[in-house]
Amino acid sequence: MAPQKKRAASTKKLKTTKKELTELYREMLLIRRFEEKAGQLYGMGQIAGFCHLYIGQEAVVVGMRSAMKDGDQMITSYRDHGHMLACGMTPRGVMAELTGRIGGYSRGKGGSMHMFSVEKKFYGGHGIVGAQVPIGAGLGFANKYLDNGSVSVAFFGDGAANQGQVYETFNMAELWDLPVIFVIENNQYAMGTSVERSSSETELYKRGISFGIEGVQVDGMNVLAVRDAGAKALKHARSGKGPMILEMKTYRYRGHSMSDPAKYRTRDEVKEVRGERDPIDSVKDRLIDEGWADLDSLKEIDKEIKAIVADSAEFAQTSPEPDPSELYTDVLLEV
Amino acid sequence: MAIDIKMPALSPTMEEGTLAKWLVKEGDSVASGDVLAEIETDKATMEVESIDEGVVGKILISEGTDNVKVGEVILQLLEDGEDSSALSAPVSAPGAAPVPAAAPVVETPQVSPSDATPANVPSDPDVPTNIKMMDITVRDALRDAMAEEMRRDPTVFVMGEEVAEYQGAYKVTRELLQEFGDKRVVDTPITEHGFAGIGVGAAMGGLKPIVEFMTFNFAMQAIDHIINSAAKTLYMSGGQMRCPIVFRGPNGAASRVGAQHSQDYSSWYAHVPGLKVIAPYDAADAKGLLKAAIRDPNPIVFLEHELLYGENFQLPDMDDFVIPIGKAKIRREGSDVTIVAHSRMVKWALEAADILSGEGIDAEVIDLRTLRPLDTATVIESVKKTNRLVCAEEGWGQHGVGAEIAAVVTDQAFDYLDAPPARVHQVDVPLPYAANLEALSLPGTDDVIAAAKKVCYKD
Repeated sequence: MAPQKKRAASTKKLKTTKKELTELYREMLLIRRFEEKAGQLYGMGQIAGFCHLYIGQEAVVVGMRSAMKDGDQMITSYRDHGHMLACGMTPRGVMAELTGRIGGYSRGKGGSMHMFSVEKKFYGGHGIVGAQVPIGAGLGFANKYLDNGSVSVAFFGDGAANQGQVYETFNMAELWDLPVIFVIENNQYAMGTSVERSSSETELYKRGISFGIEGVQVDGMNVLAVRDAGAKALKHARSGKGPMILEMKTYRYRGHSMSDPAKYRTRDEVKEVRGERDPIDSVKDRLIDEGWADLDSLKEIDKEIKAIVADSAEFAQTSPEPDPSELYTDVLLEV
Repeated sequence: MAIDIKMPALSPTMEEGTLAKWLVKEGDSVASGDVLAEIETDKATMEVESIDEGVVGKILISEGTDNVKVGEVILQLLEDGEDSSALSAPVSAPGAAPVPAAAPVVETPQVSPSDATPANVPSDPDVPTNIKMMDITVRDALRDAMAEEMRRDPTVFVMGEEVAEYQGAYKVTRELLQEFGDKRVVDTPITEHGFAGIGVGAAMGGLKPIVEFMTFNFAMQAIDHIINSAAKTLYMSGGQMRCPIVFRGPNGAASRVGAQHSQDYSSWYAHVPGLKVIAPYDAADAKGLLKAAIRDPNPIVFLEHELLYGENFQLPDMDDFVIPIGKAKIRREGSDVTIVAHSRMVKWALEAADILSGEGIDAEVIDLRTLRPLDTATVIESVKKTNRLVCAEEGWGQHGVGAEIAAVVTDQAFDYLDAPPARVHQVDVPLPYAANLEALSLPGTDDVIAAAKKVCYKD
């Protein structure tokens, strides 16, 4: 049987450097501030439709991305803004897509849930729960076929973890030793239904047992723990040993989407996680403890990030709407 | 009275097969259930068991004989106490013509079934003049198209259920595994949703997958990936993310397989922008359009027909025969009525046109070949000449391909119509199993004739 590991949230300090931790802090902070701004723009009516914020889960994608190499691909669900920023896509292009403008990554035709960057190896942005999982394995299939040494990382939530196609994919990925990592972002609620109320087996890292896929549970609020687990899994997949499952125990502070009744959990529950397990605050504390930053230097970083986000919001509101002729383009490629 | 052992059918659609090997000889005693012989078709191999006990009296078809008709007597069994005087002239099934032992493979002359009335067949713009024609089944034409494209482009691969070691559930991928190996001919588990998604991802990752569905009935499990993941991505990505993939397999009614295995999905897929949808009739179109589909950078749904796989047609003997997607073909020129059809319905439309010509109605038959993009210009041009329209399809009528053609013609050529367009389609019920009910449900030559007469006010 493939080993299944549950790792207790570590209190021990994981190895890092001033440079690395500062960079991880910046990336997580960029996602947080970007998402806060997106929430504001939604409230102002500048962003419409579905908009799923990533606030609280930043350590998962930033930690994973830090372990990935150039050429490795990323694919996720509709809660995708953080993933795009972590991949190096520009805040301007992402925000302008949220506002439905021509400057957006999909020229305004995709919206919050549908953005891609071939250049940055980000393969979406998928609105159908679970659909990104076989597609992610297909990217792994292509990597193996082309023998390019890359690994695909497919993110999905605890809700998608109950989808049939996920298990069809686990089976084929292990059967064919595909270089793909399945990252389950267990934020504990599929919309308003808790894992306990929706899943017969709540330890999601065990979901690969019957396929012989190794699974590991990771503290998804600790960016360095995510980095280490990601590095091990990527090494495993890159060496031809097939997929791995990483269950990231994380938490989303905001609603499922912007219209969330917030009746399925208590305010105190959210407050407690924010107060005690926040992925950004803990990095901030470590930076200060190690003497790698002080309040002034952190304030400076915050100011820079705020400026980037303000610029993206400005761009997103001034970029023109797509020309009406855009309606008819990009349906099919000309032959 | 000796017992006649007849050539059995391996499938509802089998008409003839090869007697591959005898496992008994004259004079052997056999019991009920003993294996007597092995028979083969291009799709499968099966053992023939004795239906009674007795002594093998006479073997009527020698080993290695091809084209043995279903129902033909292959062996006579003597019952207890009988001797060879009990052997009599075998009574074969009605309609089964005796076949000479070891019949040679007939070199078919250069006339295909649809060429029976050469006077009305327009010159084919897809085929250069003076090209030699060869005889080929639709099955082999499809196989050759894939093999040729796989030789040409190393990123093309085939995946699906039983495509490799089994040689294809309908033998369309026959011998691809032997030539290209298991990296490029990939057997999948029976998980359409999953492997369709993996195919889409592989396409986004730089490959050119051919995803075979054993039939399109099973593709309903995968339709989310065909439409949401493959068809919409280019648009949703503002033109960035390509998905060059071919979803192919048999579509529509087979024969006596019941409602869940007999659905025509033409109009389902033809409804969706972002897809190209192809439904060929003959071997040349099957080959030329499949090659074009594999080269196309867009997602393609390629609808084949199981009952056409074994049919022989003429194919130009050319190195690289490719037919452009999106062009209908006038299969028979005529002046009185335009009959529009696709896939196997073209066969009935051509048959109907022949019969109608004997009754003074000169029908033009248009084979759509591609359902999206739809070549409405060819249809409109034809209707401007004939002033009458019959739309024929095998699937259900409501919201069907015929409904779309009728709407386009009514919109764009209303003043040219001398009669309301008529539609021929399957009866509006799930396909029944009983032979008589199935025949009543599916449209055929008579339905096309009746519709053509109706629009010509000759009914």
